[in-house]
Amino acid sequence: MCKRSDHHCCRALWNHGPSIYSLPSGEGHADAGAAGGQVVRHWIFNHLQQLLRTVSGSDAQFVQQLNFGLRVGVMGRKLDPTNKVKRGPGKKARKQQGADVELANFIDTEEDAGPKRLSSRARKRAAKRVENLKKPENVAEKQPKKGYSDDNSKWLKPTKRKRKMDEPESEDDSEEMWEDEEEEEEEQVLLPKKGGKKQEKKSADLELKNLEEEEEDDDDEMVDDYGAEDDGSGQEEEDSDGDDLLPIERAAKKEKKLKESMGLSSDDDNEEDEEEDDDGDEKHESDSDMDEEETIQTNVDDFDTFRLPSAEESEKEGALSLDLKTVHQRIKDNIDVLCNFSAKREEGKARVDYLSLLKKDLCTYYSYNEFLIEKLMDLFPLSELVDFLEANEIQRPVTIRTNTLKTRRRDLAQALINRGVNLDPLGKWSKVGLVIYDSSVPIGATPEYLAGHYMLQGASSFLPVMALSPQEGELVLDMSSAPGGKTSYMAQLMRNTGVIVANDANAERLKSVVGNLHRLGVTNSVVSNYDGRQFPKVMGGFDRVLLDAPCSGTGVIAKDPAVKTSKDEPDILRSAHLQKELLLSAIDSVNATSSTGGYLVYCTCSIMVEENEWVVDYALKKRNIKLVPTGLDFGKEGFTSFKKFRFHPSLQLTRRFYPHSHNMDGFFVAKFKKFSNVIPSASVGKEDETTEASEAAEVTDSPKDKPSKSKAANHTAPAKTDALKQNTKTNGAAAKKPANIKIKGQQGSQTGPKKAKIAKMDGETVKGAQAKNPAKKTPVQTTVSKTVKKDGSRFEKKQTKKGKSPLKMKNRMGKNKFKKMKHKFQKNK
Amino acid sequence: MRPLTEEETKTMFEKLSNIGENIKLLVDRPDGTYCFRLHQDRVYYMSEKILKLATNFSRDKLISVGTCFGKFTKTKKFRLHITALDFLAPYAKFKVWVKPGAEQSFLYGNHVLKSGLGRITENTMQYQGVVVYSMADVPLGFGVAAKSTQECRRVDPMSIVVFHQADVGEFIRSEDTLT
Repeated sequence: MCKRSDHHCCRALWNHGPSIYSLPSGEGHADAGAAGGQVVRHWIFNHLQQLLRTVSGSDAQFVQQLNFGLRVGVMGRKLDPTNKVKRGPGKKARKQQGADVELANFIDTEEDAGPKRLSSRARKRAAKRVENLKKPENVAEKQPKKGYSDDNSKWLKPTKRKRKMDEPESEDDSEEMWEDEEEEEEEQVLLPKKGGKKQEKKSADLELKNLEEEEEDDDDEMVDDYGAEDDGSGQEEEDSDGDDLLPIERAAKKEKKLKESMGLSSDDDNEEDEEEDDDGDEKHESDSDMDEEETIQTNVDDFDTFRLPSAEESEKEGALSLDLKTVHQRIKDNIDVLCNFSAKREEGKARVDYLSLLKKDLCTYYSYNEFLIEKLMDLFPLSELVDFLEANEIQRPVTIRTNTLKTRRRDLAQALINRGVNLDPLGKWSKVGLVIYDSSVPIGATPEYLAGHYMLQGASSFLPVMALSPQEGELVLDMSSAPGGKTSYMAQLMRNTGVIVANDANAERLKSVVGNLHRLGVTNSVVSNYDGRQFPKVMGGFDRVLLDAPCSGTGVIAKDPAVKTSKDEPDILRSAHLQKELLLSAIDSVNATSSTGGYLVYCTCSIMVEENEWVVDYALKKRNIKLVPTGLDFGKEGFTSFKKFRFHPSLQLTRRFYPHSHNMDGFFVAKFKKFSNVIPSASVGKEDETTEASEAAEVTDSPKDKPSKSKAANHTAPAKTDALKQNTKTNGAAAKKPANIKIKGQQGSQTGPKKAKIAKMDGETVKGAQAKNPAKKTPVQTTVSKTVKKDGSRFEKKQTKKGKSPLKMKNRMGKNKFKKMKHKFQKNK
Repeated sequence: MRPLTEEETKTMFEKLSNIGENIKLLVDRPDGTYCFRLHQDRVYYMSEKILKLATNFSRDKLISVGTCFGKFTKTKKFRLHITALDFLAPYAKFKVWVKPGAEQSFLYGNHVLKSGLGRITENTMQYQGVVVYSMADVPLGFGVAAKSTQECRRVDPMSIVVFHQADVGEFIRSEDTLT
């Protein structure tokens, strides 16, 4: 009988005890092996059959296996006990082993009771598995590896990086979980709010979902945001702040929160704010938490309690006299909110509400009327608005201009310093300006002043004259000259040569003009008292013109606070209308063909767009002028579009000056160059009153079809006109046109709507003739005074082709093309 | 605007020569011819270029041309204005310098006292037209010498030495009357 325990067959049979049919002994086996397969098989079969009879019914499995074994045996596999079964991952192990091996696999179940027989590696693996299970329990008692070692460790948990591997994290997390639990249970008092939440969470889900939840929370923890990235929690104000704040600001915020919390571990809340998910936690927020968040931004607090007053409240406010300080504070807070509206707004309140309250407050605090405040709010961004209003409350520094006809700046400065005046040069942009800081003598009454060594003048008034820069020997007009500061500046620039005409409509103020001019030693001046709109009738042909138009004075509120309340929409529009008229007259007074000039400067001491850019734009459309750079290298550019206005792009060459940014009176300067003396008519079919009225100037018009073809051929000598006439006749289109015989200084008596194309001096023709001009102009032209004739002739002679205006480019036809057309028509004929 | 009549011209030049000599130089200047014109009883001094342009303006609208020298009173006496100072000062024959303390007083329209007298040109006759200067050689106005130089030395400090006629303070004090 086989006694070897590791032989499956033997073992099985062996186990069943002696009652079982005893198997042949070992010798028998050997014999069987030696005898050959046939004998063995047969022998096994017999034995097994015997076994089967003896085996009890409970061993059904065994029986099955035996059957299988029998079958195997029948199939002819060798059942060799000495045969080593291949184990391991190799190919041979995968082969189907002999019956004994297969059997052993099945019969194995019974032998589980004892400890498995493991290989060395298997033993190691098992050991490790055991270790892992034991670890968390061990470590729980230890101090956490991560965390602060100082007293803050209880509440202060460092945030973790999100990107680290989950596995080690989860280990840590689970650490923390255990740790938290323990600590929280200890410190329940200290963690009333969010700690409680966490506890709840934990206690609820401890069994199953612990790890998952912790991971969620800790994912939040892992966000490295120092507490600024809020989870919403109803603190909408802070949401965008978190994105905007620098780390140091966030830290400061945190500290603030710390300070403001009373006995609450606000930082814990802070931390847990970060850690918490947005969903569902907001309900748990206690009121104290809300308050904490609010006190950080007191203005938000105010607003929340302030509640943008309803109608009743505003009535109440009207009844009470509001403390100016509160109003001022409210203004500041309001602007703060408006600047950061999405972050700081109150729920349900529209921007309009905030704006209207701000308007009201500004009116109250700075004593403006609503209209003006509205206009200012349109002009300036909110941050600048307050600066502007503040600047209007204080005076600009006193400035003087040295009269270089009588003295030099340094001599004057010396003399004044000797008298006890504290002064400085105005800036590098001016060689004659001095700014007075303080003085022991009245600046307007020193002997130097009386001797005409200097003039008291605002810094902004230097600018238009600098822009105009009149040259020596020129004929200059100052249309609105009182009190004469700009006029005298121009005179000193011209060194008392040439002629300056100082005009003003107000006779009273003209006295000061005369006085100043005499005092300053200006000898080349003529002072007159005309309405500027009539001036072109009186005299024209100036080389340069300065128009400092009367305006609403919104730029000099510091000098005249009455403007704050007295100006209204009709005032502005009235001013604008007057300015437009004056500007057109000024333009008509300029001689475009002047050899040295042809410039006009328009300026106002106002900041309103209606009085500045709009007027300039109007003039650009109405006259043959263009804007040129002012030569002032500082100042803000003029608007090219503003609210409903859309201006010519060259408006950006104009300059605006503000009290709060340049420390001078609000000012606007625009410099024009006139390139043609022709006054363009209004657009087709329209009667333009202003053109007619102002046409009585020296300008001699050509009955041009295209307005402002600058060098009109009709000003040429008659001889030339004839030649051109012929040209026009050859042109088929022009055939029906009557002769354009231009008499010098007068309009041709062209009747009829269709005017001949007026051939230009260079032989170009204009297509698509429209001849409204002559028809309209004839009545006007007949009224052209003879005095103008002289000027007209002057113009005629002097007119040279300077270049087409950009607007008229489209109607040009090139020389070659004209020739071709001419040929064509000739051929046709 | 019209040219001065003979009489008017004579009167005016007499007054002027009281102050300074070589008035002819005023008219014939190197940079052009200058002339005097009368407009609304005031005498204006201007160059001929300006004269031409000034004709464009109507009489009632024209306020001032060039420099106003003075005006003729109703009784056809000529009163010199301070505005002429710049032109006359270079031609002044006799000058008076005033001490800094008395400067302000003169500028207020007061006469110059002996105590305020700084310097005086030699050989100043009594009732001679003078130009008053400050110590810094800034012309302050016109005057008439009340005492001759010799007498000024002898006289007591509180007596007047220069009668005030015109001073630059008038620019502020009587701005209205300038036109």
